[in-house]
Amino acid sequence: MFIVNALADIATALKRYSLVGTLGWQDVRQRYRRSSLGPFWLTISMGVMIGTIGIVFGQIFKSPTDEFLPFLAIGLILWGFISTVITEGCTSFIAADAVIKQLPIPLTVHVFRQLWRNMIILAHNIVIFPLVLIAVGKPLTWDAFLAIPGFLLLLLNLTWISLLLGVLCARYRDIPQIISSLMQVIFYLTPIMWLPSLLPQRAGTYMLTMNPFYHLLEIVRDPLLGHAPDAQNWLASLALAIVGWLVTLMLYGRYRRRIAYWL
Amino acid sequence: MATINFDQVCVDFPIYNASARSLKKRLFQVATGGQISADQSGRVVIRALENLSFNLNHGDRVGLLGHNGAGKSTLLRVLSGVYAPSSGTAKIDGEIGSLIDIGFGIDAESTGRENIFLRGALLGLDRASIKDKVEEIIEFSELGDFIDMPIRTYSAGMHLRLAFSVSTVIRPEILLMDEWLSVGDEGFKARAEQRLNELVASTSILVIASHSKDLICHTCNRVLWLEHGRIKMDGAPQEVTQAYFGY
Repeated sequence: MFIVNALADIATALKRYSLVGTLGWQDVRQRYRRSSLGPFWLTISMGVMIGTIGIVFGQIFKSPTDEFLPFLAIGLILWGFISTVITEGCTSFIAADAVIKQLPIPLTVHVFRQLWRNMIILAHNIVIFPLVLIAVGKPLTWDAFLAIPGFLLLLLNLTWISLLLGVLCARYRDIPQIISSLMQVIFYLTPIMWLPSLLPQRAGTYMLTMNPFYHLLEIVRDPLLGHAPDAQNWLASLALAIVGWLVTLMLYGRYRRRIAYWL
Repeated sequence: MATINFDQVCVDFPIYNASARSLKKRLFQVATGGQISADQSGRVVIRALENLSFNLNHGDRVGLLGHNGAGKSTLLRVLSGVYAPSSGTAKIDGEIGSLIDIGFGIDAESTGRENIFLRGALLGLDRASIKDKVEEIIEFSELGDFIDMPIRTYSAGMHLRLAFSVSTVIRPEILLMDEWLSVGDEGFKARAEQRLNELVASTSILVIASHSKDLICHTCNRVLWLEHGRIKMDGAPQEVTQAYFGY
């Protein structure tokens, strides 16, 4: 019942893709209006960060550059996307309160808008990755194509996380704060700046297999670094998507009508 | 044919004070049990609409009368689908268009043309159909070359012209309005009036909130008088306006 209700809302939101597209682009354009480089400023700052961290940590860990730098680059770029989607997911309804109280637009449009906006920004950042590969002279392999289904699965997971957090945060305004500090902790717990192979065996099993973000990151990152994806990562991500969506659909279907009252 | 069916519709706004909104309070409530739950049950609720029941059918031109805070805008928002009733059922069949806040969603830094697409998308038009209409909209607004200038360079009147020109391209079955729109200088006003009349004529049901007796008597064939969120009177314009305005 609630699930059907929620799915109907999501289906109507998907039909409004042109609104989602317009609003998402509008957000990016608005943020960088009258700046000559626009969103490429993000690319530059991301590039500088990757370079700096790459030099410092490459030295500390004594990792070979051609292994560590591409790993770090794609990790930071993807993490930037994941963490922004999640923190902005918290405010996707709160930030759109004026629209929600004014126009009867299916509420998931606001979640998709936020996802689309961050995908546009990701597309600007991703250009760093091939440059890094060229710099260290490491070629892409055919496995890289497997990053596409991986990314779709990541997106599927991020969508429910954003929707769920959007509903919860609209009602309880402390949660965005909690989430943003949590994301910082997760950043250090997830192998982004450090190679998973550096972990001692036993600690590794806990820190990696229990961390959903490790699996989500790996299904996209691994193929791009020329490894065939690990079945365990895929299974964990799929399970996460199924369970997550079930919970989210129940909750969203139940409280969708109340969101306008909470804002 | 559009129909609107309200049965015992209530709208209650919960007012969360800062502490009730926080998770901390929630957790402490659970921990401390009954004590604070007294204030939980006594949560402040504003009842904006109470037990509204009415049916609107094809051809109804409904005027909403009532003092400030009587619930007119809330009723319009329930009709538009923004708020779902807290209790009771509101059945609305038909595509809804709203001219409640025509300037809504306009971005000052974007050009007039970009705003046509933005506003059009918010109104529910897809890109292709906006593209079809964009020339007509620009022509109607008479903004000329200014259409490719950022909106912040517009005067207030030009701003309204653009908003009006975009917002009135829709042809909904149910039209919601908060007061009659009157924009621009003399020349534009006449054309706007004509366009609005066409739009109203093409809709199946019109609901308009107003404080003007002339407008209500002139446009409507039924009037709902709201007071404190309840229907005080429902009837023909002449008799309701007579009772409401006292003349």
